Amino acid sequence: MEFIQEYLPTLIKASYFLAAILFITGLRRMSAPGTARGGIVWAGVGMLIATIATFLLPDMHNMVLILAALVSSTVLAWISGKKVAMTDMPQMVALYNGMGGGSAAFIGAMALFNAVDHLGGCQAGTIIDTPTTHDCLSGVSMIFAIVGVYIGAISLSGSLVAFGKLQGWIDKRFTFPGQNFFNGLVGVGTLALGLYLTQDLNPDYIWIFFGLSLLLGLLMTLPIGGADMPVVISLYNAFTGLAVSFEGFVLQNEAMIIAGMLVGAAGTMLTQHMAKAMNRSLGSVLFGSMGGSGGSAIDGEMKEIEAQDAAIQMAFADRVIVIPGYGLAVAQAQHKLWEMTQILLDRGVDVKFAIHPVAGRMPGHMNVLLAEAGVPYDLIEDMEDINSQFSQTDVALVIGANDVVNPVAKTDPQSPIYGMPVLNVDEAKNSIVIKRGKGTGFAGIQNALFFAENNKMLYGDAQDAIARLIQGLKAL
Amino acid sequence: MIDGFIALYIFALAAILGFEIIRKVPVVLHTPLMSGSNFIHGIVLVGAMIALGHADTTLEKVFGFIAVFLGAGNAAGGYVVTERMLEMFKPRAKKTDNDGEGS
Repeated sequence: MEFIQEYLPTLIKASYFLAAILFITGLRRMSAPGTARGGIVWAGVGMLIATIATFLLPDMHNMVLILAALVSSTVLAWISGKKVAMTDMPQMVALYNGMGGGSAAFIGAMALFNAVDHLGGCQAGTIIDTPTTHDCLSGVSMIFAIVGVYIGAISLSGSLVAFGKLQGWIDKRFTFPGQNFFNGLVGVGTLALGLYLTQDLNPDYIWIFFGLSLLLGLLMTLPIGGADMPVVISLYNAFTGLAVSFEGFVLQNEAMIIAGMLVGAAGTMLTQHMAKAMNRSLGSVLFGSMGGSGGSAIDGEMKEIEAQDAAIQMAFADRVIVIPGYGLAVAQAQHKLWEMTQILLDRGVDVKFAIHPVAGRMPGHMNVLLAEAGVPYDLIEDMEDINSQFSQTDVALVIGANDVVNPVAKTDPQSPIYGMPVLNVDEAKNSIVIKRGKGTGFAGIQNALFFAENNKMLYGDAQDAIARLIQGLKAL
Repeated sequence: MIDGFIALYIFALAAILGFEIIRKVPVVLHTPLMSGSNFIHGIVLVGAMIALGHADTTLEKVFGFIAVFLGAGNAAGGYVVTERMLEMFKPRAKKTDNDGEGS
């Protein structure tokens, strides 16, 4: 027993070390398609080891509280994560990410309040790094605790807004003149208050600081449109990582420092990748430039087609390319789509799926949805691979996609989406667009494709429209 | 004890590692990777447990409880969602004729 007591601290430290290594390996494996599935298991084992080791730490009390919070939350999150539909995954990531940011923020706030209680024992204002031997905070630790609260709180409230937007609870972009300036003022002011805390650790100010940081996350996220949410969630993911890393320094926990910073960096990189795939700069996502209605108006009218005629057109085509988009994801019509595709394949039609990098709700999301419905990989093509094939295609079926098939991006330098890579649907011999109504896409730009001579519109919800197409095909 | 400079080294090395790992990833993996990295910062749970484990005042206990609750949600939810996403990457038999599945 004494033997164990003696080596326990080393054992716990070793467990954290092992956890950090497992996280790194896990993330590495997740970044390649072949090993991705195993990657999460590696990271999961790391988490388990770190959590168990933490229970063994000496001097821990409040065990009942810890267990109650741990078990209740784990069960809730586990069930919600299992139950949620594939299409709703992105907002769940936002929600869980916000929880992590919030957790880091509360840890930081606790460290600050704790330092208030021990103010007699140490000088709050010392910026020199004195190792912490008792419960007070050294200057460096205090700065990390404060910045962690700031970033973590922004991530919490920001992610919750993102969750609300993707869930459809908040469907408006909330904007007012001078918003960026106002937000900037709140941001800088809050940070200044945070730094002031290092000089005067007043509990009231801690509360105000925490509140303002939460407000800032809210203000930052409300003006951002739903289609930009993936980039924003990814950014807040990086934020949470940083906050966790900083609070890890406060608590002198190596696993938190390493894992947090790893995610902070990886998340930042991932955010840039995503923004690039959408041809948006991070700045324009955060500070909004996508309100403009620039670009020339388009003359002509949209021609409607009956489902029966559309079915015939596809059934007798040699080659069909399906372009699934946001509308398919929202309507959860991927299973119906695969059912329709199978009928076409049985008839000997060559069917391919063309995936725009940002199709669906997030980059890569559409691939996941199609895979869920059972669509084989070899039918799914990336934009670069399939874009040259449209000219030899009889029918291009666009389902709930808009801006990613708008030829204006190639032709009209005035258009806000000019330069964005798009699928060359306009080059196909015929195109059919399934769309709910006659409105413009999220960018608010008219789509020249819809007015093209060889394009027909099939109005209706994706689920319902595909069901009618299937009926039409079966009737042949 | 980790002092400022050791921490700086750890921060820098972990950050470089993070950048390197994500520098080149296929678009298909963006969403699963975001979800996976979201799980990894669930390690905040450990910090929350330590914080609550040393909480004395009522305020600290309330904050600690919230922190553990939120951290556990991050870890558990992040794991389940990522696993479900990555399950889609399981290699399946390559054939285009239908076998009745999915209809």
